Amino acid sequence: MARDTLMDFERALELFEPVMGFEVHVELNTATKMFSAAPNPANSANHDAAPNTLIAPVDLGLPGSLPVVNEEAIRSSISLGLALGCSIAPTSRFARKNYFYPDLGKNYQISQYDEPIAFEGRVEVELADGTIVEVPIERAHMEEDAGKLTHVGGATGRIQGAEYSLVDYNRAGVPLVEIVTKPILGAEGRAPEIARAYVQAIRDIVLALGISEGRMERGNLRCDANVSLRRRTAPGEPPAPLGTRTETKNVNSTRSVERAVRYEIQRQAAILEAGGTITQETRHWHEDTGTTSAGRPKSDADDYRYFPEPDLLPVAPAPELIESLRAELPEPPVARRRRLKADWGFTDLEFQDVVNGGILAEVEATIAAGATPAAARKWWTGEITRIANAREREAGGLVSPVDVAALQALVDAGTLTDKLARQVLEGVIAGEGGPQEVVDARGLAVVSDDGALIAAIDEALAAQPDVLEKIRDGKVQAAGAVIGAVMKAMRGQADAARVRELILERAAAS
Amino acid sequence: MRHLGVLARIQLSDEEVEHLAGQLAVIVDNIAKVSEVATPDVPATSHPIPLSNVFRPDEVGRTLTHEQALQNAPDAADGRFRVTAILGEEQ
Amino acid sequence: MSDVIRLTAAELAAALAAGEVSSVEATRAHLDRIAAVEPEIHAFLHVHDGAVEAAGAIDRRRASGEVLPPLAGVPLAIKDVLVTTDMPSTSGSRILEGYLSPFDATVVARARAAGLVPLGKTNMDEFAMGSSTEHSAYGPTHNPWALDRIPGGSGGGSAAAVAAFEAPLALGSDTGGSIRQPAHVTGTVGVKPTYGAVSRYGAIALASSLDQVGPVTRTVLDAGLLHDVIGGHDHDDSTSLAEEWPSFADAAREGARGEVLRGLRVGVIRELPDSGFQAGVSASFRAALAAMEAQGAEIVEVSAPHFEYGVAAYYLILPAEASSNLAKFDSVRFGMRVTPHVGSTVEDVMAATRDAGFGDEVKRRIILGTYALSAGYYDAYYGSAQKVRTLIQRDFDAAFAGVDVIATPSAPTTAFRLGEKLDDPLQMYLNDVTTIPANLAGVPGISIPSGLAEEDGLPVGIQFLAPARQDARLYRVGAALEALLVDEWGGPLLDRAPALGGVR
Repeated sequence: MARDTLMDFERALELFEPVMGFEVHVELNTATKMFSAAPNPANSANHDAAPNTLIAPVDLGLPGSLPVVNEEAIRSSISLGLALGCSIAPTSRFARKNYFYPDLGKNYQISQYDEPIAFEGRVEVELADGTIVEVPIERAHMEEDAGKLTHVGGATGRIQGAEYSLVDYNRAGVPLVEIVTKPILGAEGRAPEIARAYVQAIRDIVLALGISEGRMERGNLRCDANVSLRRRTAPGEPPAPLGTRTETKNVNSTRSVERAVRYEIQRQAAILEAGGTITQETRHWHEDTGTTSAGRPKSDADDYRYFPEPDLLPVAPAPELIESLRAELPEPPVARRRRLKADWGFTDLEFQDVVNGGILAEVEATIAAGATPAAARKWWTGEITRIANAREREAGGLVSPVDVAALQALVDAGTLTDKLARQVLEGVIAGEGGPQEVVDARGLAVVSDDGALIAAIDEALAAQPDVLEKIRDGKVQAAGAVIGAVMKAMRGQADAARVRELILERAAAS
Repeated sequence: MRHLGVLARIQLSDEEVEHLAGQLAVIVDNIAKVSEVATPDVPATSHPIPLSNVFRPDEVGRTLTHEQALQNAPDAADGRFRVTAILGEEQ
Repeated sequence: MSDVIRLTAAELAAALAAGEVSSVEATRAHLDRIAAVEPEIHAFLHVHDGAVEAAGAIDRRRASGEVLPPLAGVPLAIKDVLVTTDMPSTSGSRILEGYLSPFDATVVARARAAGLVPLGKTNMDEFAMGSSTEHSAYGPTHNPWALDRIPGGSGGGSAAAVAAFEAPLALGSDTGGSIRQPAHVTGTVGVKPTYGAVSRYGAIALASSLDQVGPVTRTVLDAGLLHDVIGGHDHDDSTSLAEEWPSFADAAREGARGEVLRGLRVGVIRELPDSGFQAGVSASFRAALAAMEAQGAEIVEVSAPHFEYGVAAYYLILPAEASSNLAKFDSVRFGMRVTPHVGSTVEDVMAATRDAGFGDEVKRRIILGTYALSAGYYDAYYGSAQKVRTLIQRDFDAAFAGVDVIATPSAPTTAFRLGEKLDDPLQMYLNDVTTIPANLAGVPGISIPSGLAEEDGLPVGIQFLAPARQDARLYRVGAALEALLVDEWGGPLLDRAPALGGVR
């Protein structure tokens, strides 16, 4: 496959104005599915279910089966709509979106068409430097998820060239809320950044509401990014018409959203500048190569023949219900961040590091588990993020905030040094257990017995006899060599400060 | 007609296409009759008996066992339904 | 005891309760009757080999002193559109040949819980699309009154089974007349309840906003007894009505006692002139009205100006909803699978399966429905048809402001010959002109025998319609007229049906 030509990003922005739009699908974590009473795999209680074990008749489209709406999913959807600043429709209806695909139990998806439950909202999104961007929301509607396909026999495990496919319908019927933005104009060169921040904001909202597990890598939150370019016109001239957009799917992390948007801007700019046209199509993001590739062209064959779902009745939420859900809304993310930054005493930069790392919730939870804000930040933006980046995983999934707090507590108690703690952290991440368990199993605790330290010091001094002399002469830094030797002998399981103390005591004593 | 066959996933033979096209044309003409009275001021009825807000509590109810789920599967492997190669892209 | 099969369900239930006959005996008698007449009738697609065992269990419970529900031990035939865990459910189609549902339809579960003994699954037009049962993939059913005639459709199997004394009770479904029209052509009773009065859970969907499940019987009381068992709210069906219903058996008994007709206002629809129907049908209809008038009923002409658009609207709504409901038959999770050649894509397999598994009428309606919903056609076709529904509901509301029930002949003609209307689908669709409005509006309807047509000696039915939720009114009025007519005839109409299988 030929590589796409990419225009330099800055140049692309000079010639074109990027316009973005996003469709984010949120999997709700209700106990049961949207239209059936089967357990919901998007709820953490059901994560490891074997294929086709979370099934009710309607999930397979068995003849005679009928959907019944999950009341909790309605409440979650309304709450989400309110948190997005939307109006809640006095009446909304379900509609059938008809198309054939093996991951659909009925060969139609029950969704909402012209009467979504929530519409006309906006989300405040904060960027790294504190700039606030308002993203306009077109609508949020309820629908059901499809099953999962596994393609077997091809080279890539993807659909092309596969010999056959296997279908697991556990996920069929999982409640989804689809959030659709209006076209986002004026993003200019910050478009990729805004894209990432927007998806992160949605994630923060659903986590704060407690209605979704919010793990992008698990598919709890899925983002389709729409990008188009329009040529800049001279000031005073009317704007050019909006360009043809592409829709990029398979964007599995907030980082990927940013990269994918940037890539599409560069790719489309190169094509347009060379005199070509953009094909309206669905593209697939490839995390490994950092590129998009063409999928199926969007065509008239996508005639979904929407009509109102006759098996379900309209949803008309009582005003009292809406108001009670509104009263229960958590703080909006921007306000919450302002408050946390102040409470924790971080500088703007320190706070942004946390936010940009997508670990605000984790830091908060670590503090709630007993760590100081500084310690929580140190671990999450430091070592944990370093490990996450090295393994190309999200930091949040690596270790629990409770474990991080416990780890720091061991350092505070003197049981571990920072260096030892990092080893323990690796053990915890590797699944060897909680911090204390790893310490015990690996024997990593700092030796607190002075006797053992003195013995090691004696040995080290024996090898470097002139050190004590130098110290007495005022060259205190000479102790460093002995400290180093002792730490090596103790395999790092010593408090270097105490070792130094003991050496100086020895020097003073003799 | 062929396009409708594709949308409806029914492989129509040439004979069927011809036969159906003829019958459909007659029916469709007759059906244009409906637009005579269906004026903009008349609301559409999609449910004969007006009801709303019919829900169920978020509790696990009657579900199928794994065996029941697969009991009518024309082909299965690894606890999953098996189908031949898929042409189209995921939605 | 060959008489046992001639008993009504109510009579059989009483005999069972009194210990005069056991359920096993009654079930065996019906199975024998089935064996004797099925070569001629072909009402059943499947006869239940567990029937006698189920009957035995009822007998044992009764013998142990347990107080059983009224219909316990009475055999029941079930239209193959209703799914059952212990018998295949095909909906009259090859695409579901051998399909075994992991759950029972709610009405079936309720019937079992009431002690009814499932005898088997009855024949029907494929996916309930048709008025003659000729579109069954498994061959037609024959009318017990004349074996070369249709038994009606789509529920011809259930009606024929009951008319041929193969079962005292049957379950059917009605989307545009599929219970009422077969009742009409076989001299039996059929009821389409108010939409939502009986659960659709487990009824293989045709048109979700039109389908209803209902009783198919020989008498109005039997229909009431069966309706009492199957009706009522079901949390598995979102469209099911939540109200408490009165006993329809009680309503039938009340009707039979005699005073119901005095002062009853009966509407006759100006725009459905029975003068355009078969002469014998019209004559029987008029005679029935006269009999009611003689008892003090008042016959009033009412106007329903939009009824004439009913057939057209129905044949847009039904195919549209059906095209979506039938999409699930795609070879993936259940049912037939046809692989056209090595290396076929799943799209090929789906298309080949559906072409092979669906009959012509089903394909025709799916294609038409796909068209009606297509981009650019929704407003003109499906959308407009939904407006006609509103207009028809308004017509009913206006009419019922002045009358208690509306009466029509149940269909324009008596049973036509097998094969006669197969090549003219439009002609076939006009069979439903009197029954369709009730489905569009959601109101209940009943068909009871009104007599035999003079020119061909075949049964005619009269249909009554009532406002939504007033199903009990239909049982009262139906039972009242039935009592009058049976008295006039000196016995039920079915006594005059020809002998079958050499056994009476």
